[in-house]
Order: sequence, then structure tokens, then C-alpha cells
Amino acid sequence: MSEKSQSQPAVSLEDVRRVAELANLELTPEEEPRMQRDLNNILGYIAELNQLNTADVPPLAQVSEILGEQEKASVDALRADVVHASLDRATVMAEAPEKDGTFFKVPKVIER
Amino acid sequence: MTANGLNLETLTIDGAREALAAKKTSATALAEAHYARIAEQDPAIHAFLALSKERARAQAAKVDAMAANGEPLPPLAGIPIAIKDVLTMQGAPATAGSKILEGYYPPYDCTAVARLEAAGAVLLGKLNCDEFAMGSSNENSAYGPVHNPRALDRVPGGSSGGSAAAVAAGMAVATLGTDTGGSIRQPAAFCGVVGVLPTYSRVSRYGLIAFASSLDRIGPFAKSVKDAATLLGVIAGHDPQDATSSKHAVPDYVAATKRPVAGLKIGVPDEYFIDGLDAEVRASVEKSIEQLKAQGCTIKRISLPHTKYAVPTYYVVATAEASANLARFDGVRYGLRADDSTLSAMYRRTRDKGFGAEVKRRILLGTYVLSAGYYDAYYRKAQQVRMLLARDFLTAFADVDAIVTPMTPTPPFKIGEKADDPIAMYLADIFTVAASLAGICGISVPSGTTRDGLPLGVQVLGRHFGEETMLQVAQAVESAQI
Repeated sequence: MSEKSQSQPAVSLEDVRRVAELANLELTPEEEPRMQRDLNNILGYIAELNQLNTADVPPLAQVSEILGEQEKASVDALRADVVHASLDRATVMAEAPEKDGTFFKVPKVIER
Repeated sequence: MTANGLNLETLTIDGAREALAAKKTSATALAEAHYARIAEQDPAIHAFLALSKERARAQAAKVDAMAANGEPLPPLAGIPIAIKDVLTMQGAPATAGSKILEGYYPPYDCTAVARLEAAGAVLLGKLNCDEFAMGSSNENSAYGPVHNPRALDRVPGGSSGGSAAAVAAGMAVATLGTDTGGSIRQPAAFCGVVGVLPTYSRVSRYGLIAFASSLDRIGPFAKSVKDAATLLGVIAGHDPQDATSSKHAVPDYVAATKRPVAGLKIGVPDEYFIDGLDAEVRASVEKSIEQLKAQGCTIKRISLPHTKYAVPTYYVVATAEASANLARFDGVRYGLRADDSTLSAMYRRTRDKGFGAEVKRRILLGTYVLSAGYYDAYYRKAQQVRMLLARDFLTAFADVDAIVTPMTPTPPFKIGEKADDPIAMYLADIFTVAASLAGICGISVPSGTTRDGLPLGVQVLGRHFGEETMLQVAQAVESAQI
């Protein structure tokens, strides 16, 4: 099964690097070929979906769509516009790796 | 007072409640007995990542005080319960099995966890799992694998391996797990306990560290169908904190387990009896089907024609959603940060250091299928096949009341056996992911053991919000085991 590849040898090392960058992931030189191999194997397996003609099938993103569970966007679907208790700021900030008491701190974004 | 005379391995909610009511034990003694058992058993099993003794002892004392004052006790008063580590619980760390959240103490309770405690449960601690619930063997935990209590060289299943193992080893009366593609049902079968996948939106996801939001569900593990029904009744119901949680009324699930099954129509789908199905697994599910027939059910062969496409569909949908959900782990607001001189380098180094190989693999796959030029070919296509899978079940449930299938293609496999082959591992989910994608409810019920003593399970599937019938059939399967 793992060797099956119904599409062209799709993912190149370049693709792996590009996708890693999009995902904010840093891969080591050892990880790159491994991920390339795994992605090609998995995508080859996923290509089995092309056996199905889905031209007239609507996509299903979330099952509430077919259960009639989604409330129409209306005033009734919204909570009352009143202030209510939320998480304590100090407790939340305490979990941050770096902060100044009011804000999260991150490395410099703009070079000058 | 002690918990002497109570067998923790077989102790159910009813058993504990009776012992508490008869003053044979106290909530405090029961909690301490479980902590003693964890200290004794868990070094070989590794189900627990953290113990919340302070919170558990405070709650047990509160229950004992209520009992001493003769106050009416809530349904889970004094029942020791443990929680999968992807669910938040104040006062205990929540790692989701990942290094990227090491040391994170969430500032709020998951709704399901809070509801258990409000019903009197004593929360023992947090349970090991695959990193961000991604896995079928619990070998992807950054904190080490869980060992199956029934056979220590075997996996407990995953991703809720710790939740299943803790119940099987008598280290908790019940636990909570999560199921995105089979992560409650498959480990329940591998460890010989009951595990419930509620209908999508039945239980609030508030406080569940998200993996795939259109699939993620919280559900109970227990030693009996009745206990699982009790827990489900406590955690189910609408929650203003989760806009997707359903407003459907919560029925009396325990009452449902007491109804006879005679007259129910049970569907048995051809597509779940594949060539690779283990002979003992097949014999076990066939025996359960015969037993349902003997109790007056009508058995009907049915077809769920798109079943073979469920696993590839799942690995597009779930990874796409995961790539978006896991973008939040960037070293800014919580958990790990790997320092670097620029913001983008800090993000990348943090995520490189914090995520394990399977999580990276799934983020990459999910990013790929959502990226420009591939969205229609992969993501939209998978959503369309998801509709076909859902329609398969809607059509089947127009005719039958419940569906019975094998739970897993094989008994629990050995630790390390599939660790290097992602697709072989994904195929361990072959009987679970279709129900996940369709949003229907399901349950894994123990159905005996192999000749070697390995646990086996049968899956009962119910229609959307069909938990009552599902539990009714599950109880019949359980009652037929002796």
C-alpha cells in the first residue's frame, strides 16, 4: 500500500521546503528527505479519491450543515450584548514566555 | 477509613456509590486508594502525566462533608476520574502530549471537566496521549509511550491510550478522552474497556486543545456501558462557550441501557468485513451479532459503499484543520519559546523544537493540501467525499436502528511494530474514521479476548443524536458476555 503512487511523483524537496516555510516549520537536512518520502506516499494513497466522480456532490465542511443544527444568522443566534466575566489578565499573562506586565514581548519585527 | 475490600480493577460507579452510601469507604479514602494503585501500577504503564492531588483531596473532603451532613449527593459524588491531557483543568498542567506546551498551566477548566466536578467527581490527574491526539498507538507522546495493561509489550491504542489504560488497570473508575478519527473507540477496544464517541456537537469542546475542529469530540471511558451512559449524561448538553454545541435535549441515557433490544433492526455492513480482518476479531463480532439475534434483534446486511475512501478523506480533512489549529503554537502566549533574533526565526525554531515528527508530518500535509493550486484537488475533493460518506450513513439509518462492526482490524499490536510506516498506522483507523467524518455516534464494547488473552471490541454505531439506541444495543452486547 505505501508504495502505491497513482499521481506523478508530486512532491519535490523544493516543495517540502516551501510548505515548511508556509507552515513556519524548520526542518533539519535529515528531516527533509524523510518528509518528502512520507508526503509522497500519503498523497499517493489520497489519490485514490480521484476514483470517485464528485462533480455534483456539495462539499461537507461540518456535519451541522446536514443536521439543520445551524441557527440562522439572526438576533436570536447572538448572545446579549453585555459585558461578562472573562479570564483574568494576570493569570493569562503568567503563562507567556516573555511579557512586560501588559503585553506579550517578541523579538524585534522591524529592522532599521 | 480505607477502601479495603474494594477491588479497584472492577469498581464501577454503582459499586463506589454503594460503598460510599454504606460508609464502607469515604471519598477521601477512595481517592487515596486510587493514588496508591497509581503509584504501584503506573511505573509499568505510564498512563498518567500529572496528578492533581490538591484539587482531588479538596473535592473529596467536600463530598465527605456533604455525606456527613446528610446532604443529597450528586450522581458522581466521590467517583475518582482522570482526564486526557488535551483537556484543560485548572491547577494541573496541560501538555497535549507535546513538548511545545511543557509547563503550561491553563487558566480555565474545560466545560466537560467542570461538569464532572460539579457532579461530584474527584479529578485525579491528567492522562498521557499521542501528541495533540495525533496517533493510533500512543507512541507519539513526547513523554513516552503508554503500555497496554493487559499485555505490557503491546500498545494501548491511541490517541487516548492513557485514558483507556487507566480504566483498564483500575487506576481510575472512569476517564475522559477525545476522539477525532477513532481515538476513544480504538484504545477502548485494545484495552478491553467501554469507550463512547458522542454525536458531533453533543458535548462542548470548550477547553479541548483543538486538533481538527469539525471532527474533535470528547467522550467517556468506563468499565461498563451503564457507567459510560452516566458520564455522557453529565457532560452532554449545550454550552454558551462553544457555539457549535447542540441545543438538543439530553435524554436519560442510563434509562436507555435498560430497554430490551428485541425488535431492533441491526445493520451489518459488508465493507467492514475486509480480507485483512483478523480471524479472531471476525469470530468475536460474529458471535456478538448472533447474540443480538438471540435477544430478538433483526440482523440485516447493509452496504456503506464509500467506506474504503474514509481513511484518505480523513487524512486530508484532519490535517488541513490541524495545520490551521496548530498555527497558534508560536512561542508567544504560552508554552515553549526557542529564542532567536527575529520574530519569524523565533516562530520556526520554537515549532521545530516543540513539535514531534508526526505532528510536523501532519502540519506539512495539511498545509500542502490547502496551498494554492492544490486546494480543489485535495481539500475540496475530500469534503465532497465526506458528503458521500455521510450520505452512506443517512441512507443506512433510514432502514436500520443501529450498525454493528468490528472495532479494529487486529488485536492490539506490539509497541514499535508500525512506528516507522505512517500509512500502516493510519490503517489501524480503518473502522473508525467514517463515523468521525459523518458525525454520528459510536461506542466500543468489549467482546472477549483472543486465545492469547488480548482484548477485543465490537463497535456499535448510532444515527446522529441516536445515543439512546446505541447504548441500548451496546448494553445487550455487554450483557451477553460472561
